[in-house]
Amino acid sequence: MKYSFSFLVVIALALIAGVGSQIPGMGYFFGVVIPYLAFAIFLGGIIWRIVYWAKSPVPFSIQTTRGQMKSLDFIKHSRTGAPDTNAEVVGRMALEVLTFRPLFYNTKSELREGPKITYESSKWLWLFAIVFHYSFLVILLRHLRLFLDPVPVWIGWIEFWDGLLQIGAPTWYITDVTLLLAVVLLFSRRLVNRHVRYLSLMNDYFPLVLLFSIALSGILMRYMLRSDIVNIKELLVGLVTLHPVINGHIGAIFYIHLTFISALLVCFPFSKLMHAGGVFLSPTLNMRNNTRAVRHINPWNDPNIKPHSYADYEDDFRESMIDNGIPVEKGLPPKDEPAEAGAEKKAEE
Amino acid sequence: MYNKGLIVPGLIITVLLVTFPFWFDVFSSAESTDPTVELPPGGEQNCIYPADEMRAEHMVILNEWRDDVLRNGNRGTVTVDGKVYGKGLQLACMKCHTNKEEFCDRCHTYASVVPYCWDCHLTPTQQKAGLKEAN
Repeated sequence: MKYSFSFLVVIALALIAGVGSQIPGMGYFFGVVIPYLAFAIFLGGIIWRIVYWAKSPVPFSIQTTRGQMKSLDFIKHSRTGAPDTNAEVVGRMALEVLTFRPLFYNTKSELREGPKITYESSKWLWLFAIVFHYSFLVILLRHLRLFLDPVPVWIGWIEFWDGLLQIGAPTWYITDVTLLLAVVLLFSRRLVNRHVRYLSLMNDYFPLVLLFSIALSGILMRYMLRSDIVNIKELLVGLVTLHPVINGHIGAIFYIHLTFISALLVCFPFSKLMHAGGVFLSPTLNMRNNTRAVRHINPWNDPNIKPHSYADYEDDFRESMIDNGIPVEKGLPPKDEPAEAGAEKKAEE
Repeated sequence: MYNKGLIVPGLIITVLLVTFPFWFDVFSSAESTDPTVELPPGGEQNCIYPADEMRAEHMVILNEWRDDVLRNGNRGTVTVDGKVYGKGLQLACMKCHTNKEEFCDRCHTYASVVPYCWDCHLTPTQQKAGLKEAN
């Protein structure tokens, strides 16, 4: 049910964009108004989200440790496993972001006959994820050819290597296939793997279904339901130079593709897709692993609230504690002194 | 807000990356390209399909012709409205669209499309230059 709803939303979006854009005069709404609106929400949304996160204090030093912390000289320090300096944190972060190291070290626990529990390395998620993300990056960069005029040379190089196989005309891109495949695998993982399926929510399925639909509509537009690319590029260049124009006829498939992307942009800041920015703001990854050398001060701490030790606490409540039979470290003052205490009280008055 | 020194530059970098197409054209000194093509100098009005269809499908037609002629050895001709076309870039297309630079390249450059037709074929300009060299 959770995933079928995602398909329903995508089909509804496709119908709205496909039919709506073909009504005379509505091309401007689907080709200009919606993308601008979506981009504004996207840009404002990510800024809002990052600032919101940056306002949250980090009360504890909670880095995840993947190796030996810096210690005595003869103990080997794992520099990217437990970074001690800012440079090492940058190195660790680069490994996490560029190579998806946590997914690479993923282990799967299984109960075997015996009963015996086993832990084995499971790299599938890492493989699907890295194929997906890098394909997506290449596709994103390739799309710049439709926004920039003249097209910088390096975009041509990316296209050359991506279309290296020279299959068909227009040539198939390698990343088109790998992206679609990776999305299908990431999605089926959520259906097939019982544990992950139990955890999966609508907002896990929806982005995958949406990304699949974006890729599929793009592939359909390039290889099957072609529309004049010059008209499309004139509209897209117009969008980024803030003078949008729609010349000639642009097929419905383009508006469907564009509306899907707009939906993705709108979802982005408010969904789990925001992990793109969130990874940099994760205290588990961006903190130094130096808790033995430097004391982490909770920024929440009110300087007016002084430390209150157990001894002080016992002083406050000693009598009640004894009355209720709670063991105390220091007994009540001896009974023969009340006269003196009374005298002190009088002196204070 | 905590760590302003890192958050603010990070946000600026993010915004610059995301809005790359918006500001790149402003700073780029290269001149923009013009996708208007030169119509056949001979004044021909009709291609094998209507113009809209040709714009979208020409690469597929050429690819099919290539496969037909070179891989299946089928050097047939295509007859549209009584006019006979040989299957081939130079046998059909370039007969009317004689100027590759002013016709093919205009849109291809604009949309950054690099068809590999010209890995094997010579453009009319190259042909002329070649003939001069041979003479």
